Amino acid sequence: MQDFPYLTVLTGLPLLGAIVVWCLPKSKPETAKIVALAWSLVVFVLSVVMWIAFQAGGDRLQLRESYEWIPTWDARFTFAVDGIALVMLLMVTVLVPIVILASWHDADKSKRSIPTYFALLLVLEFTMIGVFAAADIFLFYVFFEVMLVPMYFLIGSFGGHQRQYAAVKFFLYSLVGGLFMLAAVIGLWVVGGHTFDWATLINSDFATNTGRWLFLGFFIAFAIKAPFFPFHTWLPDAGGAAPAGAAALLVGVLDKVGTFGILRYCLPLFPEASRWFAPWAIALAVIGIIYAALLAIGQNDLKRLVSYTSIAHFGFIGVGIFAFTTQAGTGAVLYMLNHGLATGLLFLVVGMLVARRGSQNIRDFGGAGKLVPVLAGVLFFAGLASLALPGTAPFVSEFLVLIGTFTVNKPVAVIATLGIILAAAYVLWMVQRTTQGNLNPALLDEPRMRRDLTVREKVVVAPLILLILFLGFYPKPVTDVINPAVQATMQDVGKSDPAPISGTTTEAAVK
Amino acid sequence: MTIKFPDFDYAAIAPILIVFGVAAVGILVEAFVPKRGRYLTQLVLALTGLVAALVVLITQADTRVVTAGQAIAIDGPALFLQGSIIVLAIMSVLLIGERALEKGGPFVAQAAITVGSEDDRKQAAHADGATEVYPLATFAIGGMMLFVSANDLLTMFIALEVLSLPLYLMCALARRRRLVSQEAALKYFMLGAYASAFFLFGVALVYGFTASVEAAPGRQAGGVDFATIHAAATASPANRALLFAGLAMIAIGLLFKAAAAPFHVWTPDVYQGAPTPVTGFMAACTKVAAFGALLRVLYVAFDGARWDFTPVLGAIAILTMLVGAVLAVTQTDLKRLLAYSSIANAGYLLVGVLAGVRGGISSTMFYLVAYGFTVIAAFAVVTLVRDADGEATHLSRWAGLGRRSPVFAGVFTFILLAFAGIPLTSGFISKFAVFGAALDGGQTWLVIAGVVTSMILAFPYLRVVVMMWLSEPGETTPTIAVPGALTAAALVIGVAATLVLGVAPAPLLNLSDTAAQFIR
Repeated sequence: MQDFPYLTVLTGLPLLGAIVVWCLPKSKPETAKIVALAWSLVVFVLSVVMWIAFQAGGDRLQLRESYEWIPTWDARFTFAVDGIALVMLLMVTVLVPIVILASWHDADKSKRSIPTYFALLLVLEFTMIGVFAAADIFLFYVFFEVMLVPMYFLIGSFGGHQRQYAAVKFFLYSLVGGLFMLAAVIGLWVVGGHTFDWATLINSDFATNTGRWLFLGFFIAFAIKAPFFPFHTWLPDAGGAAPAGAAALLVGVLDKVGTFGILRYCLPLFPEASRWFAPWAIALAVIGIIYAALLAIGQNDLKRLVSYTSIAHFGFIGVGIFAFTTQAGTGAVLYMLNHGLATGLLFLVVGMLVARRGSQNIRDFGGAGKLVPVLAGVLFFAGLASLALPGTAPFVSEFLVLIGTFTVNKPVAVIATLGIILAAAYVLWMVQRTTQGNLNPALLDEPRMRRDLTVREKVVVAPLILLILFLGFYPKPVTDVINPAVQATMQDVGKSDPAPISGTTTEAAVK
Repeated sequence: MTIKFPDFDYAAIAPILIVFGVAAVGILVEAFVPKRGRYLTQLVLALTGLVAALVVLITQADTRVVTAGQAIAIDGPALFLQGSIIVLAIMSVLLIGERALEKGGPFVAQAAITVGSEDDRKQAAHADGATEVYPLATFAIGGMMLFVSANDLLTMFIALEVLSLPLYLMCALARRRRLVSQEAALKYFMLGAYASAFFLFGVALVYGFTASVEAAPGRQAGGVDFATIHAAATASPANRALLFAGLAMIAIGLLFKAAAAPFHVWTPDVYQGAPTPVTGFMAACTKVAAFGALLRVLYVAFDGARWDFTPVLGAIAILTMLVGAVLAVTQTDLKRLLAYSSIANAGYLLVGVLAGVRGGISSTMFYLVAYGFTVIAAFAVVTLVRDADGEATHLSRWAGLGRRSPVFAGVFTFILLAFAGIPLTSGFISKFAVFGAALDGGQTWLVIAGVVTSMILAFPYLRVVVMMWLSEPGETTPTIAVPGALTAAALVIGVAATLVLGVAPAPLLNLSDTAAQFIR
């Protein structure tokens, strides 16, 4: 089982699927949809088999494959996953079929080709899997940049209001970040002895200044991608304009590439620079938590609101990463997964509401729960998951981040905790203004608003709800995989966990 | 007194001779073949000649020789660059020969007809285009091949003139918008003449320098062949003012052809005015020739002055990238936009040239080939988008093109992504190659400038993509003509090369790497 080239097949399969779907005749959109869904399910099954083949306590990088590509530069098709990447891959393969099913009618309204929409989703899956599976920095960069193209067209061609502006802004922001990273990648290649192999490079030492500059090149790219304050301004526009399914992938997965990149590249490659920049990064993350939460409270646009909540959550992830404790790091990775599930769900449910009402302005709703009680219930659940209510998966990760941070940096943990209160404010207020209270009479004029969740929509939300609940009560299968990888990363940075405080006090008492 | 006739390695220079021979035969064809048959004869003649030259060149792939009395050096870079010039020229000739898009092809029947007269309207509507363009192009190609293999400054100057004069003429031959075309040709000619004069003056100064340096025993002092210049420059005599002045003037002549700022002002006008196939030819082949010559001059002759010229040329490279990128943002005409993009690309090429390591030579050569394929494909698409008045090059006219013909808009989007340096296109690999080489050579500041300008330059490309896909088609959106077989072939070659060099660049990178060794 170990010898099967999982990662190559897993990466290549969606691309093949995209070509097949794209070639299907435009006159038969239903065929394209079914083929795309079936294809993504096959990819999902393969990824589950891969999860089983992965040994949780084994080597740091597993399932390694390496093929020659550009020998002149020693760039290779090297794929390998650690626990973090594995979890991210699973998240991608789970979300894509759900998003495809949720987007069943998204492209129908636009005048554009429907098979193209689903082909673009599969191309996006190809690049997302590639970016998490790559263990060669050149290959990683290629996927990192190519990822922009399908997302650009998804937003630009199939998005809503102001889609052109949002698409261009998204592309330019990401490209600028990518070019900073390009400079850093080239620099790394030159000082690292003309190789792109991740496993080789993490063992090389760089001069302090060189390391810091290279770190900065990578970090800016990832901070724009994630996005961290103050590089976040593209996300509300892109998230607000993208079709709901694409937005779920954008916020749920694409942005994780940023935090994943920090964990996989910035910290192990430049440990000294990481320690040196950590206070700054934590400061940005904390500002992001509070600032984005405040902005979210002030939003009247549902999709923009969800985008801002994500920026706040990325602040938590950033704090968790740069606290440099295993607990906080594990919490951050778990948060990346849970945020993908919870915000993905929130975006999809909001998309369902918006599709019914034909508007994403919160003021156009009000008392919608009386017309669509089940949908309102799901929105409420997604909101609660997003504010990290105990019992839902995000609670576990947020809690881990906070206690992991508290052991090393109390003020940051305390300020970050304020973010939880603000989260309750923006979620509950949004739910209240849309689904509760007096029924907005205008809603009665919308015949679609009377239709509650269809079977298709129930199938879309059910797996996400189940996963959020399951991981909320029993996160062990995931943490078992994440923990060794995070521990190894923290060792690379050269930080060990502080001894438990209670233990030391009792020892002192004994003495 | 007896003059010894120098030895010629005819096999080594056979490709050049074939191309010049074909050009001479082309002139005879003009004189003796009846008018009906000329077009086909010329086209077939030019294409077979180029293919034959390419085949002979490939058989000579291992030749490393200085021949023709030290005048021509056939070494790795010369062969690589000659090969690229021929391949790109074949694509250009395909575009030049296209007659399916417009009755009579893109060239004027008789360039001497008064613009706007009754005759002019007749020729624009009916008459077949002039076929002189084929021998002209072939002469230019031969000149370019000689240019990149010249081993002394005088041969280089002659090659420069041989390649330039036909280009000036070809610029003036557009069938439509003839005044713009003639203005472009005149502008190019005037400025080109100045640049040539600078070059020649520089040669004279360098001769003065070498003559003032005491030669090694057994050699004559004075001379403009690269070995002598190299010896004199590395001998490091007290007064090097003549050397620097000469090098500066030679560089001006070469940078003019390469379209580097501040010697770039002709580029947008000429690119816009010239017939589009000729523009593509200039953007691809002239660039290869100019940078090939620049590489040889800097790496072979003036290698000893590297520390002196690198800062100056580095400043020029940065200026070129900035001017190209910033002014590209403001353009509203597609051909002008591509012209400024070509200026910016000249800057990136200079970054590779200035790397000063072997990787600099190979990466520059790779960049030239990759860029050439892409830019010819880009201009091929430009020839296709047209209305009743010919090509519609104003940006606003391209709005909504993605809706009208998704295939061509898709192809053009791919080309623009390649220009922007997105991975999986040759544009990314070539940028990576030159930046990597420059960092290897310690030119960090050039790489930073390159990265920053790449960010700026992405914007105009993206604007075109937005125009094509995300804007609604207007009333005046032109149609995309169905390409004839020739344009289709050029387009397919260009796009396929852009993709292949982006996904699997290893073979060409290897080839350019093994070729990157000059001989003196």
